[in-house]
Amino acid sequence: MSDQDSERKPPPAKAPPVSISKRQTNRRRVLRTLLLTGGVLGAGLSGFLPLIYSQKKRLRPPGALDERDFLASCIKCGQCVQVCPVSAIKLADLIDGVGVGTPYIDARAQACDFSCDAVQCVLACPTGSLTYHKPPFLPVRQGTALAAKPILLAKEKDAEPTLNLNERMGVARLTRPEACLAIQGKGFKGQTRGPDFKGHMRYMDVDRWKPIKIADHPYDVPECDLCVRECPIKGAISIETVFAPNGSKRKSPVVHEPCVGCGVCEMVCPVEPTAITIEAREVWKT
Amino acid sequence: MSDVLKRRFVDQIKVLFGNEPSKPTEITPAAQKIHFYKKGNRDLIAENLHARAHAVHSNKWRNRRWATLIFANLLFTLSFALDIQILEGALTASRFVGFHLIDVNSALQVMLAHKHIITNLLIGTGTVLVLWVLLGGRTFCSWVCPYHLVAEWAEKIHLYLAKKKLVTDQTIDRRLRTVFWIVFALLAFATGYTVYEAISPTGILSRALIYGPGLALLWVLALLVFEVFFSRRAWCRYACPIGLTYGVVGIISPVRIKYTLDGCFHEGDCRKVCLVPHVLDTVIKGRAVDTEVPIGPDCTRCGLCVDTCPTGSLSFEVKGLSKLA
Repeated sequence: MSDQDSERKPPPAKAPPVSISKRQTNRRRVLRTLLLTGGVLGAGLSGFLPLIYSQKKRLRPPGALDERDFLASCIKCGQCVQVCPVSAIKLADLIDGVGVGTPYIDARAQACDFSCDAVQCVLACPTGSLTYHKPPFLPVRQGTALAAKPILLAKEKDAEPTLNLNERMGVARLTRPEACLAIQGKGFKGQTRGPDFKGHMRYMDVDRWKPIKIADHPYDVPECDLCVRECPIKGAISIETVFAPNGSKRKSPVVHEPCVGCGVCEMVCPVEPTAITIEAREVWKT
Repeated sequence: MSDVLKRRFVDQIKVLFGNEPSKPTEITPAAQKIHFYKKGNRDLIAENLHARAHAVHSNKWRNRRWATLIFANLLFTLSFALDIQILEGALTASRFVGFHLIDVNSALQVMLAHKHIITNLLIGTGTVLVLWVLLGGRTFCSWVCPYHLVAEWAEKIHLYLAKKKLVTDQTIDRRLRTVFWIVFALLAFATGYTVYEAISPTGILSRALIYGPGLALLWVLALLVFEVFFSRRAWCRYACPIGLTYGVVGIISPVRIKYTLDGCFHEGDCRKVCLVPHVLDTVIKGRAVDTEVPIGPDCTRCGLCVDTCPTGSLSFEVKGLSKLA
């Protein structure tokens, strides 16, 4: 190489002919480059699955932007996961179809019970995917806005009893009234969800700051009202006397406008599968 | 900076974006003199010194780097697992004792997709930007990125198989990385979804280490298999947009590897261990434009070449600091 340097010639006007083997090497290199391009872009396309599946509704943490804006802004760091005192937030995997690494809540397994009071996940979010202050250019969907700041029953006596939430995560709905114990006029005794259930919740009469296992807090109620009893939001759900189709009176849980869609009612419902569920990202219809 | 070095500085930026390094058109008289002397027979004493130097191979910088990389990632894991809250979050975005840190490339993707930037995002990105300007840009790759470490191990397997003549390294056009960077930026902007973040092995591995493994690791595994059997370090060399982003950050960084022409034997051991050998074109006999040449921005400052060099011709340098000493 060094010898060639000393007798460096000016570059020829026309490029010298390329040998067959060299041409072959070059062609193979181009093919390999295309292979890697295809592979990476193909994998990149799988990243679009959450957009395609965005109809598949997953409950997002409180304060989440609308799904498309949420997917655009979430940086997938999991800081919301880390601050949640009841570990309600999970990160989606490849096949969950909601965006690899984005947070969601499986309310039946562990609902958001607001035992952090201040909505820690919103405070932790670095990109504003979860936010108290939605930027003005993002529209608020009809029916997601709450009529008033929800009052957190746990701090009802505090100077500032409200949760800093302007929009609901979803709405609770009695999806299986036929299974509901309240409607059947039945009571409930024992551990709701059984002794092996891992879910946690804050019970004000047990400890203000430490959520305990739901299995460690058995119930004994003559008429089941667990969903109403444990709902953390004031005026979101109540047991009402309603008329059955045949005209007879009966009791039934009724969801009201302040419902934020946290999912506690779904988590504590003792029947399998649950009689009451959260419709994620659903709006309030009057 | 002399004109020759300025020209090389610009050339190296082009190399960062995928250009192949070219032979220098102008070499300083001082360097020309050394090149001339080196054309003669090799000095016997130097050869002896050389043989002695080869006897001990140091892993000093590699060990320091691996320790730093493992420590940084362990700090993430332990902060969550033991709830010690020192470094919360993942590599894409985190909080160091409450202070926001946000990966520059991830932040770019989010800004392009969401088209709205909140203060915390700006603070975190700014902090990380300043941090990596000070520390060397692609220093992030080799000193922090968890994929870099597993890819280094995969590279060892690749090199072993290559020695047994079972595989050969299939090179790929380096301009591809720039194309990917642009494509992913455009995709984020056009679709409003951070497409790259879904396949980033850095993010996937970081989250897996902190929040537990998931199926997304299969993609990381596929990349490693590709690198072991087909193309050496393919992801870091030809694809990763994070590497390019931090490479650009590294253009103005004072931390870099410095090449000293004088003692170099031009054997090219450094180029054999290097992830980005195109930045070490200057060590080829007759190529150094000056007696001392800083290595370009695509260099990850991993220090493997510093460990390998038997003559101490490659060393870490902090621009400006050496003038003070």
